[in-house]
Amino acid sequence: MLEFRKDIFADERDDNLLEIGQPTQRQDMLGHVTATSRYYDDHRFANLLHLKVLRSPHAHARIRSIDDSAAARAPGVKRIIRAADVPVNLNTLLSLMQFGKDDEPSLATDVVRYKGEPILGIVATSERAALEAMALVRISYDPLPAVFDVEEALKPGAPSVNPTYPKNTFEYHGKYDHQKLRFGDVDAAFAQADVVLEDRYQMSPIEHAPTETNGSIAVPDTNGRIVVYTSTQALFFSLDTAAKINALPSNQLHFIGGTVGGGFGGKVDTMTEPLAILAARLTGAPVRYRFSRHEEMQFGSPRGAERIYIKDGIMRDGRIIARQVRAYFDSGAYTRLSSYAVIKCAGHIPGPYTIPNVSADIYCVFTNRTPATAMRGFGVTAIDFAIECQMDKDAVAIGMDPLEFRMLNAYRDGDMKAHRREAKNCALIECAQVAAEKAQWPLRDEFRRMSSRQGGAARAGVTDRSRMPAPAVPPRVPASTTQRVTYERPMPAVSPAATPPPPPPTPPQPPAPAASGHGARRFSSVFGTRRR
Amino acid sequence: MKTPIQFRLNGEDVAAFVEGGANLLDTLREIVGDLSVKGGCWQGTCGTCTVLIDGVPRLSCITLAETCSGSSIETAAGLRRGSELHPLQIAFMERFAAQCGYCTPGMLMAAKALLDKNPNPTRQDVIEAISGNICRCTGYEPIINAVLDAAREHARSRA
Amino acid sequence: MAKHHGRGVATINYPIGMNLGGDPSQALVHSNPTGKFTVSLSSIDLGQGMKSVIRQICAETLGVPVADVYVDTADSDTGPHCTGSFASRGTHRVGNAVMVAAREARAVMMEAAAEELEVDPGDLETDGRGNIRVKGAPHRSITVREVAMAAQFKQGKTIAGRGIFLVPLSDVDPETGEMSPATCYAHACVIVDVEVDDETGDVSVLKMTSAYEIGRAINPKMVEQQLVGGAWMGMSHALYETVEPYYPDPREGPRDFNEYLMPGPGDICPHEIVVLERPAPDGPFGAKGIGEMCANPVLPAVANAIFNAVGVRINDLPITPEKVLRAIKARGGAVPQARMR
Repeated sequence: MLEFRKDIFADERDDNLLEIGQPTQRQDMLGHVTATSRYYDDHRFANLLHLKVLRSPHAHARIRSIDDSAAARAPGVKRIIRAADVPVNLNTLLSLMQFGKDDEPSLATDVVRYKGEPILGIVATSERAALEAMALVRISYDPLPAVFDVEEALKPGAPSVNPTYPKNTFEYHGKYDHQKLRFGDVDAAFAQADVVLEDRYQMSPIEHAPTETNGSIAVPDTNGRIVVYTSTQALFFSLDTAAKINALPSNQLHFIGGTVGGGFGGKVDTMTEPLAILAARLTGAPVRYRFSRHEEMQFGSPRGAERIYIKDGIMRDGRIIARQVRAYFDSGAYTRLSSYAVIKCAGHIPGPYTIPNVSADIYCVFTNRTPATAMRGFGVTAIDFAIECQMDKDAVAIGMDPLEFRMLNAYRDGDMKAHRREAKNCALIECAQVAAEKAQWPLRDEFRRMSSRQGGAARAGVTDRSRMPAPAVPPRVPASTTQRVTYERPMPAVSPAATPPPPPPTPPQPPAPAASGHGARRFSSVFGTRRR
Repeated sequence: MKTPIQFRLNGEDVAAFVEGGANLLDTLREIVGDLSVKGGCWQGTCGTCTVLIDGVPRLSCITLAETCSGSSIETAAGLRRGSELHPLQIAFMERFAAQCGYCTPGMLMAAKALLDKNPNPTRQDVIEAISGNICRCTGYEPIINAVLDAAREHARSRA
Repeated sequence: MAKHHGRGVATINYPIGMNLGGDPSQALVHSNPTGKFTVSLSSIDLGQGMKSVIRQICAETLGVPVADVYVDTADSDTGPHCTGSFASRGTHRVGNAVMVAAREARAVMMEAAAEELEVDPGDLETDGRGNIRVKGAPHRSITVREVAMAAQFKQGKTIAGRGIFLVPLSDVDPETGEMSPATCYAHACVIVDVEVDDETGDVSVLKMTSAYEIGRAINPKMVEQQLVGGAWMGMSHALYETVEPYYPDPREGPRDFNEYLMPGPGDICPHEIVVLERPAPDGPFGAKGIGEMCANPVLPAVANAIFNAVGVRINDLPITPEKVLRAIKARGGAVPQARMR
């Protein structure tokens, strides 16, 4: 059941609208219930060929030899596609945004780095013929030592997974093996905290499991173009990726999609289009490359598992004065999008709370498993799980109601966030109040009266350097931007024991010469990792 | 070697030549041209490809086409009578019981099998009827409600 | 041996759009000769309702009925660039782009109407039902159809508009992590009631009660779709799903839906949802994105509820009966915590 609380924030809304807010029927609903919505695989072509890829049975191995001669002669087989056939075999997904180095082959050459890595493609008159031919391919491997644990992968002497990043970590800003977040002084704050709590959290790899698996059909069109029917979640992202791998001008490709049987992040990686296009070019025929459910489960990229360590410093009156995070994103054998999620995670810490001292180190780590990718809540789901479990433990440790503890520390308009931007448009406290009322979770009066719109700004204020005049810190800092070292909160009398007022946390370091917050930049200038 | 088969599909006679081992899902989609049947796993675990064979819900991806000769097969393409929607289709629309829509045809057929047999199902009956059909979008609640609505509407229209 | 009730809570926020920005989307809007509008996009509808959300935003901005707008998505020859359907960005980014395009188209439509009615365009308003009329003098009006016909065949005007929305890419400081991750955030609080069987380790979710602040509900039915389905997925991630059950040991991975577990229709629970709307200053009619944040709070709320029920903390997902049983055993039995009211 869904209801609205239109009374809350009513003064910020114009509700005098005609179409917005109406429960209008979905434009696509009639198509869905009559089973006439057309997904990529609901297009039919004469003489359609089918592509299946042969995948590595090893997590890490050197390929000694490949003998596909019997497969090439098998009934129905039209073409074997080898790594050498791929015009630009090495790619990284975010290369379109000039973020990261090309590190992943479409088809493996000398080494396979995860179980399931594609080695060669077989194009045949049916999926069955392709699979039967696949059984005739003989590949000999020299197995190599593999690493599966993110922290083991960082130890000296660990097997090197990805030759582009030999130390098993993505490179940030051209010099670091992780992304940092630094705000205030966590060490000083931990020394002053009444309680310090530390714990470890481990997410599992998750399969997106859309009911429609990944797939595409590439169809040679008139005038040399290729039409691609696709399940992608990002049409031009997939088009440009496929154009790069096939060394084609982008206007030689015509992508059609838009009606997709679920995605949840699992259809961003452009896993089928490049090879389907190549197969269509090599055979001159329409080619479908469709993942089986087993492929989707095990070799389509999963949500990567993250391991997170959180250490909190808490005062007995309920304030969190420090939060330190160390997190490892398991990227699998190649980068795909995990490098991006690391930054998103860093920007999300310490969650929707105002904490004056925050520090985080987030790593994107390579291991010998299926490359990970985006999934619903990318970069945030895991850290939210860790933070919210930790918040519960913090509340128990100081004997406070877990919801009131969250509200006490909730960010409010005007508060300064750890990534040094002012909080605006906050509504965490109101959500807590409304859910509590609905669930009959009694809150004391002072918590029922709290507002995201009041009491911020004066708390934990630090300089917002994005607002300061460039290029440098002026000799006399204007009063309005003076760093505040006080940490004032409306304090309900909840302390289980009388405690002296806590010492003020050390303020953040003075800002370096200002860089503007948002400006038209490219990822290459942000991270200095451009290589095309 | 292909085998000739004949069956009724949504009330019409259909004949096809199928390979040995061909499944009903591929036969309907690739040979007969009924694209209302969707494939989700091709291994009998998701329910997406559910069709009714002689009134019984079956997974067409693991049903041998040759065994369907002489059968009467119903798919989502046959739910609609001309421009008139089946009560289940109306209820799915009103309950917003589809998002990506990919599981919807199989879900509708599983629900139809239930209502054809049991016009007054309980919530538990509906849950059991669709428990072999995976939906990744909706959380099932709107689908259950839609099937119950359709049953009520069906009962009302016959009263 | 008993079943224990527990209650847990989580509060979260969620950034809207790609982190750091730099993720543009475009939209084109044009009228046909009889005043019906088409929106051309390359954006994807993977079930979240892109086509429908954009249709309502476009209709509201143009001032015409929603039935007079059709959204065509995802053809690279006709739809202008969109970064993609992910990062809860569709409603916010594409919605803003279509507003820009629709405003441009509306301006031409009002000019054409003004010429027909021989008034100043500033004196005109739309009634949202397919008419354009003089403010304060509603009897002086003209239909959108007549305006489109006049624009096309008499005045030689194209009632069309182009739109793009871009949050410029933010810098990231290598030393401090200073950055602008997002321009707006959605919020949520979820309270979960569970029952834990201390004999089997089985966890049943009995009830969810949630409040979501989403800026503006463009379509309440579709908001409900996302929130109900998303919470189901959150519950699924908390208790069921894994492709590596013994991670980081990669063995025993599932190959099908018999081995990859998710809650079925018999495992779901009642979910009471309250929606709050604090408009985002840069959202289309204030709307934020809800596609991802709806799943997130359920995971920790379930874990916290299990602690409340039996006194054990499970820090590794998913929280399987095996893990619950082992933790209860390690603690020497279930230790129910203080009832959360």
